[in-house]
Amino acid sequence: MLDYTAPSTVEEAIRILAEAPGTAKVLSGGTDLLVQLRSGRTKPDLIVDIKKIPGMSGIRERDGAFVIGAATPGAVIGECEALKRVWPGVVEAANLIGSTQVQGRASLAGNLCNASPAADSVPALIAARATCVVVGANGRREVPVESIPTGPGRTSLKPGEFIVEFHLPKRPARSADAYLRFIPRTEMDIAVVGAGVSVTLDPGGACTDARVVLGAVAPTAILVPDAAAALIGHTLDETVLAALDQAARRACKPIDDKRGTIEYRTKVAGVMARRAAVIAHERAGVRR
Amino acid sequence: MSKHHVSTTINGEPTEFLCEPQLTLLDVLRDELHLTGSKEGCSSGDCGACSVMVDGRLVCSCLMLAVEAEGHTIETIEGMARGHDLHPLQRKFLEHAALQCGFCTPGLLVAAKALLDRNPNPTETETRYWLAGNLCRCTGYDKVIRAVLDTAAELRGSDTVSE
Ligand SMILES: Cc1cc2nc3c(=O)[nH]c(=O)nc-3n(C[C@H](O)[C@H](O)[C@H](O)COP(=O)(O)OP(=O)(O)OC[C@H]3O[C@@H](n4cnc5c(N)ncnc54)[C@H](O)[C@@H]3O)c2cc1C
Ligand code: FES
Ligand code: FES
Repeated sequence: MLDYTAPSTVEEAIRILAEAPGTAKVLSGGTDLLVQLRSGRTKPDLIVDIKKIPGMSGIRERDGAFVIGAATPGAVIGECEALKRVWPGVVEAANLIGSTQVQGRASLAGNLCNASPAADSVPALIAARATCVVVGANGRREVPVESIPTGPGRTSLKPGEFIVEFHLPKRPARSADAYLRFIPRTEMDIAVVGAGVSVTLDPGGACTDARVVLGAVAPTAILVPDAAAALIGHTLDETVLAALDQAARRACKPIDDKRGTIEYRTKVAGVMARRAAVIAHERAGVRR
Repeated sequence: MSKHHVSTTINGEPTEFLCEPQLTLLDVLRDELHLTGSKEGCSSGDCGACSVMVDGRLVCSCLMLAVEAEGHTIETIEGMARGHDLHPLQRKFLEHAALQCGFCTPGLLVAAKALLDRNPNPTETETRYWLAGNLCRCTGYDKVIRAVLDTAAELRGSDTVSE
C-alpha cells in the first residue's frame, strides 16, 4: 500500500530512502509521477516529497554562476530575470514544458529523471554544461546532466539517490544559448525533435566555443561534438550552417512513430540545429 | 491503510481533512469537501478542468496529491463570486455566451483570473497561450477569449481591448 512522507532535511530524506522497504519514489512537481501512478505504470510503496526541504525550490546566483533547486517549478524559472539574461535557452526550454498549469509544478529534476528522450529542458541543460548534485547514502557527487539518463525511463541514479540542485557555470562575455523544438501544434505536445545550442563568440563574431545537443532523435538526448566542431572558428554563413545541419543529421538514431518517421525526424533535426544556432549566435552578439 | 491529517486554507477558510496518500487534491475537493466546482476531465493534466490556485500559482488539482496541500493556501472556483455578486469574469462569460455545456468553465475562469491578476492588459496571443492548457469541446474558444479580454478592459476602466 502506498504511503507518503515529506522530510524536512536532505539527511532525513537520504535516510528514509535508504531504509525504505519496497520501492520508493521521489516526488518533485508530480506532473509525470501522478500520471504514472494513475495509469498503474508505477506502483511505489512510498512517495518521498522533497519540496518541504529548504532549497529544493528556488534559484540562487553565486559569482555569476546559478544554482537551481531540483524541484523549482518552471514558472519560477521563467520569472527569474537574471537567469533569463544569462541562460535564455535553458529558460525557454524549461518554459516549453506543458501548459501554464503544468508550469506551476514541473521541475528540471523531474524532467531529467523521468528520462523521456523528448524531455525539453534536457538538451538545453546539456548544451549549457549544467551539472547536478546527486545525494544518497554513499555521499554527494556532482555530475554532468548528460550522465543521468541512460535510456527511455532509465537513469544512472542508484537506488535511494536523488538530485538536490543544478549548477549552471559562470558565462564568458559574448555567450548565449537557445532551445527550439518542433511539434505539430503550437502548444501542448511532445517534441518530434528538440535542439539546444550554446555558443561563445570572439569580438569578430566567430565561435570560440560551441555545444550542440539534440533531443527526441535517440534513446537519450545526445551531445553532437561534430556539429559543435562545424561552428568553432567560424561566423555563421551558409557553408558553416550546412556543415552543422549535416553533422546533426548524421548523429540521429530516431524511432519511427506517429509523430514522425525516421527520415522526417532526421531532416527536421538538421533544420532545428541550424535555427537554434542562428538564435544563440544573435543573442551572443548582443551580450557583451 | 494509514490516513494523513492535512491542514490547509481553502478559499480563506482554515480547512482540515483526513485522506489516503494516493488521493489527488481534486479527489478530496470533490468527494470529501463537496467542492464540486472543479471538474475531472482527464486526470492527466491535459484539460485544465480541475484548475485551482495553490499559494497563488495556477495548477491542475488532478496532478497534486491531497497530502501535498498541508500548510498551503488553496483557492477554487467556489471562492470566486462574493455571495451573489459574480466576479467580472463570470459576468462577462455569461454576457459573451462563452460557455455551452459549462464543464470547462470553472477551470477557464480560475485560469483567466490568474492571468488578469498578474497581467491586467494581456494581448490576445498572450491570453490564448496562457489558456492553452484549458480544453473546451463546445465553444471553439473565440467567445472565451473575447470574454477574458473584455473583462480585462473593464477592470482597467478602458473601452479598448488589446490586440
Ligand atoms: C499535460 C502535460 C504536458 C507536458 N508537456 C511536456 C512538454 O511539453 N515537454 C516535456 O519535456 N515534458 C512535458 N510533460 C512531462 C512533465 O511535465 C515534465 O517531465 C516535468 O518536468 C516533470 O517534472 P516534475 O517535477 O513534475 O516531476 P515528477 O513527476 O515529480 O517526477 C518525475 C520522475 O522523476 C523522479 N524525480 C523527481 N524529482 C527527482 C529528484 N530530485 N531526484 C531524482 N528523481 C526525481 C520521480 O521519482 C519520477 O520518476 C508534460 C506533462 C503533462 C501532464
Ligand atoms: S482533470 Fe486535471 S487536467 Fe484534466
Ligand atoms: S463549454 Fe462545453 S467544454 Fe467548454
